[in-house]
Amino acid sequence: MRPLDVLGFATRALRGHRLRTALSLLGVAIGVAAVITLTALGEGARRYVLSQFASVGTNMVVVLPGKTETTGAMPGIGGVPNDLTLDDALAVARGVREVDKVAPMVIGTETVAYGEKRRQVALAGATHEMLEVRRLGIAHGRFLPPLAWDRGAPIAVLGSKLAQELFPASDPIGKVVRVGDWRMRVIGVLEPFGQQLGLDMDDIVFVPVATAMKMLNRPGLFRLLIQAKSHADLSRVKQAVVRLIAERHGEEDVTVITQDAVISAFNSILDALTMALAGIAAVSLAVAGVGIMNVMLVSVSERTREIGLLKALGAGRHQILAAFVAEAVLISSAGGLLGLALGFAAVALLVTIYPALPAAPPPWAVAAAFTLSVVVGAVFGVLPARRATRLDPVAALAGR
Amino acid sequence: MIRLDGISRTYDVGGEPVHALVDVTEPIETGEYLAIMGPSGSGKSTLLHVLGCLDRPDQGTYELDGRDVGRLDEAELSLVRRHTIGFVFQFFHLVPRLSARENVELPMIFAGIDPAERRARALGRLRAVGLEPRATHRPDQLSGGERQRVALARATVLDPKLLLADEPTGNLDTVSGRHVLEILEQMNAAGLTLIVVTHDPAVARRARRVLVLKDGRVVYRGQGSRIHEAVEILSAGENGA
Repeated sequence: MRPLDVLGFATRALRGHRLRTALSLLGVAIGVAAVITLTALGEGARRYVLSQFASVGTNMVVVLPGKTETTGAMPGIGGVPNDLTLDDALAVARGVREVDKVAPMVIGTETVAYGEKRRQVALAGATHEMLEVRRLGIAHGRFLPPLAWDRGAPIAVLGSKLAQELFPASDPIGKVVRVGDWRMRVIGVLEPFGQQLGLDMDDIVFVPVATAMKMLNRPGLFRLLIQAKSHADLSRVKQAVVRLIAERHGEEDVTVITQDAVISAFNSILDALTMALAGIAAVSLAVAGVGIMNVMLVSVSERTREIGLLKALGAGRHQILAAFVAEAVLISSAGGLLGLALGFAAVALLVTIYPALPAAPPPWAVAAAFTLSVVVGAVFGVLPARRATRLDPVAALAGR
Repeated sequence: MIRLDGISRTYDVGGEPVHALVDVTEPIETGEYLAIMGPSGSGKSTLLHVLGCLDRPDQGTYELDGRDVGRLDEAELSLVRRHTIGFVFQFFHLVPRLSARENVELPMIFAGIDPAERRARALGRLRAVGLEPRATHRPDQLSGGERQRVALARATVLDPKLLLADEPTGNLDTVSGRHVLEILEQMNAAGLTLIVVTHDPAVARRARRVLVLKDGRVVYRGQGSRIHEAVEILSAGENGA
């Protein structure tokens, strides 16, 4: 029996009961569409988070004051970390060869006022290097100039939203705003940027780091952002920075995080999420398989006489098996194709409604969903087909 | 062509053994035209199923065309059914969703013959039974006689040596019944061994030889022209019961 004849025979048989076929096909289609849509959501979440990190730059090492560990020392003795100072930052910039740029940073909250308008925003103390390390863009004017780090200056760069709120109609460049009790001249406005790692980069004011430390009365830095020369240098930079600061402080009291570690942690969490969603959706495919099995069992018992006849005409067991399994596979693979179409349509709709979520089914999920649908037909078609091959021809011809 | 030697077949019906065939020994020559008669339950259908390799005897040997069929496995049996034996049934057994031509093509599909040749041969066989214009009709668009002629074309399309007909005219009016019998007899005249199970003496009398079965045993052998003897035996059995 030729493969095409097996398919032709199965197709003719399926056309005999269209509604039944269509309904069991729909079951598979829903299962496949569920796999496509849910994995697309998981993948979308993963891409969204990764893009957040990528916007920061991937060669980044972050140094935080304090060591995340529990020590058993007496209160007051040890345990209190040394401040991470501007001198530490300079030492890192000069002392570690693989470092490209170092951006020290302090963060606080201040009220920015211009005339009658006031707005409570994040105050970031930074240096010229911040522009490149954080991949910021300047819309008007310029960013903080390359001053010596320990020199303050009464200048400020505004986030785009802050600038819009304080200066809805006029150009802020050159205007003097009050930041807390300090009077500062606006020298630049940032491009709209959005959220970056929990900080609204549009509702922010940047001032020189030394000035910010005075304003906030802080002796230490909040963060040290380090850009390595290349991705391959990350771990060496990390070790060198820890060693250098431990030397200066007399103990290891900073935490150093590479961007990579954070990304891979998120990546594996979100991959697991996608897999879990795929697994849940796959269960619906198994249920659809049971539906196909049910339809095929009905079909076999309805066509008992026909099976008896086929045997009398000299059809072999494997030929009858192939014909019935082919029917089940036809149902399931047609359902799989329909499911792919439904799934992609649902994802397209989702992306139209939530453009911020880059939802797209991962290729492995598309391949797996369709393959699984075909396999489901073959597996769940075997039992009814075997039942057909085992019929006694004499009894089957008599319709028993 | 056929040697049946001590064939017995016993069924278990509700715990009771039913002896459908008891020690049947019968040679059947190539090209023979044999009618098998008997009351219902006499075992004539069982004998036909054994001859057609659809049923296996419990005892005895069945030799078909020089081969001991009883020793063949399921796969070999299906090849014997496909190439050596043709079946015609009382209720035609056409596949309802397939056209007349496609029904005739069925055995050739299992034999793996390519579609173009299949189509040509099926049309040729339909022409031979006078149904070529009906080739595209589905069974429900055909009369009973036409359906049986399609079944005949299907049964003989792979040129079997043995044609088994189970009450081939049982569901037909006299005219179409005679037409079907004439075609069967033409095929027999061309060398096909023909075995017809019937309870109709008018059908059996046309055969060259008649067997009468009763309770699974052969109780009469005779010529078709002496059918009155067979009928007497049958009616004696009915009176006695």
